[in-house]
Amino acid sequence: MTAQEIHDSLKAKFEGAVVEAKLDAPQPWIRIDEHRIRDVCRFLCDEPGFEFDYLMCLSGVDYNDGNLGVVYHLSSMPQKHKIVLKVRCTKEDPHVQSVASVWGTANWHEREAYDMFGIVFDEHPDLRRILCGDDYPGHPLRKDFKVPEFYNGMKVPY
Amino acid sequence: MGLLDYKFENSNILITSLDNLLNWARLSSLWQMQFGLACCAIEMMAASASNFDMMRFGVIPRATPRQCDVMIVSGTVTLKMASRIKRLYDQMPEPRYVISMGSCSNCGGPYWEHGYHVLKGVDRVIPVDVYVPGCPPRPEALLEGLMKLQEKVRKGSLVKVSA
Repeated sequence: MTAQEIHDSLKAKFEGAVVEAKLDAPQPWIRIDEHRIRDVCRFLCDEPGFEFDYLMCLSGVDYNDGNLGVVYHLSSMPQKHKIVLKVRCTKEDPHVQSVASVWGTANWHEREAYDMFGIVFDEHPDLRRILCGDDYPGHPLRKDFKVPEFYNGMKVPY
Repeated sequence: MGLLDYKFENSNILITSLDNLLNWARLSSLWQMQFGLACCAIEMMAASASNFDMMRFGVIPRATPRQCDVMIVSGTVTLKMASRIKRLYDQMPEPRYVISMGSCSNCGGPYWEHGYHVLKGVDRVIPVDVYVPGCPPRPEALLEGLMKLQEKVRKGSLVKVSA
């Protein structure tokens, strides 16, 4: 199934959920409303003909314009097609629906995106930091992050 | 003069100072705290394996700090790990030594500028006796560092001189 067909089916099935798309890119992507991403993913995962059974990667992004984003790389092993989904949220209200109930692998990926970017995945089963210590100040991959002078009494800068 | 320079032939008696004897015993059995943190650990394992055979120096890897004389910190020390290193170092019995292996644990290595999560040198939390440079150092370099540490142990004194 081509990216165009996937895009058109999503548009027909989910009224208003498809915000933006770029289908002639090397990896075609579709931007989805951040409050409807779980329904869209559930549909793409379960629907015969789509069967995106594999979430290859889930990444956080800081667009450096006040917006954060999440990028989902999906792949289907039975159908041999791929698609990229994107969502955006603001830094003031960084809430995105969790897709951990659709693909189990999203659990740790979302924890990493939360750790590094501070994106809160609503209804995630266990949203804790995964790499940094629990008391680490801030989210280090945000563009406006400043390295702390001290962490637990240890000097951090060189 | 090393202890084994004395001959054993005549009467099975050898004369040496207590320090000399104790230091010889200690430097010949530096038991090692296993502390592989990153790619340096691969070289440390290679140094322990049969080609380089660190055990011929009396270095035996131990899995508990309570049985160890030397901690070889081999790899990137993250801020999260630093407090664990400190705690394990505190659990080692004295006299205890630390070999810092590789650029990361010496000074932060490639993470020195943008490493928000890396401690820029393990000597910020525990005292280090020998620094082994390299990224990662070859097993020969680690053995050289170990022999430097043996020199240090040989020169030390455990016997307290009281007035």
